[in-house]
Amino acid sequence: MKNGWEAVIGLEIHAQLNTETKIFCGCSTRFGDEPNANTCPVCLGLPGALPVLNWRAVELGARAALALGLQLNERSIFARKNYFYPDLPKGYQISQYDRPFSERGTLEIMTAARDEGGHARDWRPMTIRITRLHLEEDAGKNVHEGLPETDRYSYIDLNRAGTPLAEIVTEPDFRTSWEAYDYVNHVRRALQWVGASEADMEKGNLRCEANVSVRRVGSEKFGTKVELKNLNSVRFMQKAIEFEIERQINLIEAGGAVTQETRLWDDRAGETRVMRSKEEAHDYRYFPEPDLQPLVLTSDFIARVHDEMPELPEARRKRFMYEYGLSYNDAAQLTSEHTLADYYERAAQTSGNPRGAANWIRTELLRELETDGRTAAESPVAAEELGALVRLIDEAKISGKQGKDVLVEMFKSGKTAAVIIEEQGLAQVSDAGEIERLVGEVLAANPKQLEQYRAGKTGLMGFFVGQVMKASQGKANPKLVNEVLSEKLKA
Amino acid sequence: MNTIERIKERRASGVSVREVVEPAVNAAESLNETLNAFLQIDRAGATKRAAELDASGETAGALAGVPVAIKDNICVRGLQTSCGSHILGNYHAPYDATVVERINQAGAVIIGKTNCDEFAMGSSNENSAFGVVRNPWDTARVPGGSSGGSAAAVAARIVPVALGSDTGGSVRQPAALCGVVGVKPTYGRVSRYGLVAFGSSLDQVGVLAANVRDAATVLSVIAGRDAHDATTADVPVPDYASELTGEIKGARLGVSRALLGEGLDAEVRASIEAAIEAYRELGAEIVEVDLPTAPYAIAVYYIIATAEASSNLARYDGVRYGFRAEESENLRAMYRRTREAGFGPEVKRRIMLGTYVLSSGYYDAYYLKAQKVRALIKDDFRRAFETCDAIITPTAPTTAFMIGEKVDDPLAMYLNDIYTVTANLAGVPGISIPCGLSNAGLPIGLQLLGPHWSEAILLRLAHAYEQAHPIDARPPVCAASD
Repeated sequence: MKNGWEAVIGLEIHAQLNTETKIFCGCSTRFGDEPNANTCPVCLGLPGALPVLNWRAVELGARAALALGLQLNERSIFARKNYFYPDLPKGYQISQYDRPFSERGTLEIMTAARDEGGHARDWRPMTIRITRLHLEEDAGKNVHEGLPETDRYSYIDLNRAGTPLAEIVTEPDFRTSWEAYDYVNHVRRALQWVGASEADMEKGNLRCEANVSVRRVGSEKFGTKVELKNLNSVRFMQKAIEFEIERQINLIEAGGAVTQETRLWDDRAGETRVMRSKEEAHDYRYFPEPDLQPLVLTSDFIARVHDEMPELPEARRKRFMYEYGLSYNDAAQLTSEHTLADYYERAAQTSGNPRGAANWIRTELLRELETDGRTAAESPVAAEELGALVRLIDEAKISGKQGKDVLVEMFKSGKTAAVIIEEQGLAQVSDAGEIERLVGEVLAANPKQLEQYRAGKTGLMGFFVGQVMKASQGKANPKLVNEVLSEKLKA
Repeated sequence: MNTIERIKERRASGVSVREVVEPAVNAAESLNETLNAFLQIDRAGATKRAAELDASGETAGALAGVPVAIKDNICVRGLQTSCGSHILGNYHAPYDATVVERINQAGAVIIGKTNCDEFAMGSSNENSAFGVVRNPWDTARVPGGSSGGSAAAVAARIVPVALGSDTGGSVRQPAALCGVVGVKPTYGRVSRYGLVAFGSSLDQVGVLAANVRDAATVLSVIAGRDAHDATTADVPVPDYASELTGEIKGARLGVSRALLGEGLDAEVRASIEAAIEAYRELGAEIVEVDLPTAPYAIAVYYIIATAEASSNLARYDGVRYGFRAEESENLRAMYRRTREAGFGPEVKRRIMLGTYVLSSGYYDAYYLKAQKVRALIKDDFRRAFETCDAIITPTAPTTAFMIGEKVDDPLAMYLNDIYTVTANLAGVPGISIPCGLSNAGLPIGLQLLGPHWSEAILLRLAHAYEQAHPIDARPPVCAASD
């Protein structure tokens, strides 16, 4: 960012809650069905139909709120947001307005600046204030292409109409596009973690909007804000914010002024474009939804949601560092997904070596999983089996190098480490007597090299180790070979 | 006269459902030329249904074989639901309203859909897009509204009972003007699922009937919690008809002198005064009550009802069903032209009023303030019902007026609801029963209002009066012969 300037950014996220049925009727929320297959009088907005609240959406909304550090309101009110659009069958969206589901959140995230190559430097904690998380219904979808006579008609698919959403609004607490980027990733992970949402931006079940303004450093007053839409991935959002900050600064420096408006990100052009100005802004005429009772959360309900919440990623990361002695980075990586963290804990327990298990998972297992495009939950190698492999290496049954090959084989065949070691005769020779015998043979067979070594050419150590390993067909415990060799060579 | 009780007796003596239903359909058809009470008469459906009921021999249902008319803003699967509006045009509901499901379950035979003011907005039925309904007592006069078609169908003795809806008096006021019984239940007593919304926090499905017992019978059938309507309450439903003991000694009846003052027709006042005396003679204790916020009710009502209506009627946009203005150059134009041509002037007036009171900058001064006054009105009633079991008032300030008399004066029209809107604002039940005829031979209605869930008491009070003072035995000018 240009010197002397500061950006002020606030974010709005819409996350689809992971329910089987819609928020105000019993229709399926399944993705990809025939257009308008999952509809009924309620979500079609037929005359006389009425909404009935789906409590599963409330439960998942409560989980999401707690995962993001928000306070649940014991009483919240649904409100109608009125506007005309063909994908909005009732002419209003049932949302929440002045009495939302949850408010006043503080969320600690980790963020870092990025270098030219996009690599993060210096992760640091940052606290974000979340204004509110409220519940609402999604609209349907207008289809303008791929069907007959789209030059004259548009089509409407209302399968998505009535899908439950959590709208999550922050205070204007971000100063850079990367802070915003790290926040959205944090939220995605948290929502997935507690099972509230799939939070997949490509599928459209997580959508983002950003409010961006700039001001001179030291200025208390906010600049005129611009709303950014059409941010179809976290990266697009980051790029759009970056572009917008620069656009606004250049505009003001050139003597112009920022207009309050909504702009769309055009990724192909790499720029934002005006969608509508403030003059065209809607007056949504919010008022309390008379068809629904106030949403009251009993203390029993709140207690139950608390009880059913999994340990949150941040708490689990801290515990991994404290309990298993992991570094911040290792713990952070292993708590990036709920299933991975579970996998790690099981492997750590079986292995008896939590740090070893962490290394094996991070360096070996995740690579293999990535190659296959699988998650930890889908690993063909069970966590307990990976733990057993780590234990076999620690017990010097096989070498670390052999362990890597064994793991690859475990992946392919689904066999356990013990079976593979047995079948391939890989068990390491750790018998000191046997190794001494092999060392004796090697020294006797190479008198010239022995003489050179004793004359000071100690670099030949590697040669002797190699010869011993070769003589043992690779099964000798290398650590032991080194020890015995050092002893004998001194003599 | 065909009452539910008489139909049951006739059925017991071997008369078939067809023999009950066919004359009702015939009467509906022949009288409709004069009355215009029905927008759709379902001869085929009713005949088929009657045959099915006759074949099954089922007689146990509370409404077994009873012909019923349904206001055209209540969904009946396969029949039109126009709400008296061009904008819904030829819309046919693909599902049954909960009340329709329940009366069908009880054995009723729906013979048709009744005319009403467009989207239930009106007090005279002159706002129907399909022509005014005529009052069976004097066909130059209005039947009241908005459930004018249902009231006229019952008054003309086509059906013993009909369903209507009451947002500000739309069951009770036409009941009064047509000389029949009209019940507006407690808000939440009867499911609104399938009732096309006008003012969602005020709307209730109500019953129009030739007598109190029939109204009670139908209410027991349609009342009760519905999983499709979150505003229905889980309050037990009594057998209301069995509560009609005729015994009202010791009941405390509240009278507000302020409500019997200015603006009330002298003949109506005299009738109500006489009814109060009649109740005293029946053993009721008459107590004075004060409803200090009542004068604000009309203003509050026309803010809240129009606000909700402006939102409820947004779905009629020409996109998915009903009328669409063709050949529009773009979406905005399609919306504008569809709604311009589809809605009548009163509906447009209310949409504009409602949009205005919800607009940013006006919300607090209108909508929010109206909600505060509404809370005060509720308080008034709560206090009043500490000293009495029911309040007696006129239902409407005058008898049926001439067609065209008030169409150019919306405010005068709105004042017709002055006695009825308070019940909708407070959510309490009300009933209108006939209390005599004017010198011109027009029916006068008295209204009883009670606390929440007091339908049984109101019906008992109404029934006791009805037994002691039956409406003039003369049938209306325009009525089916027995």
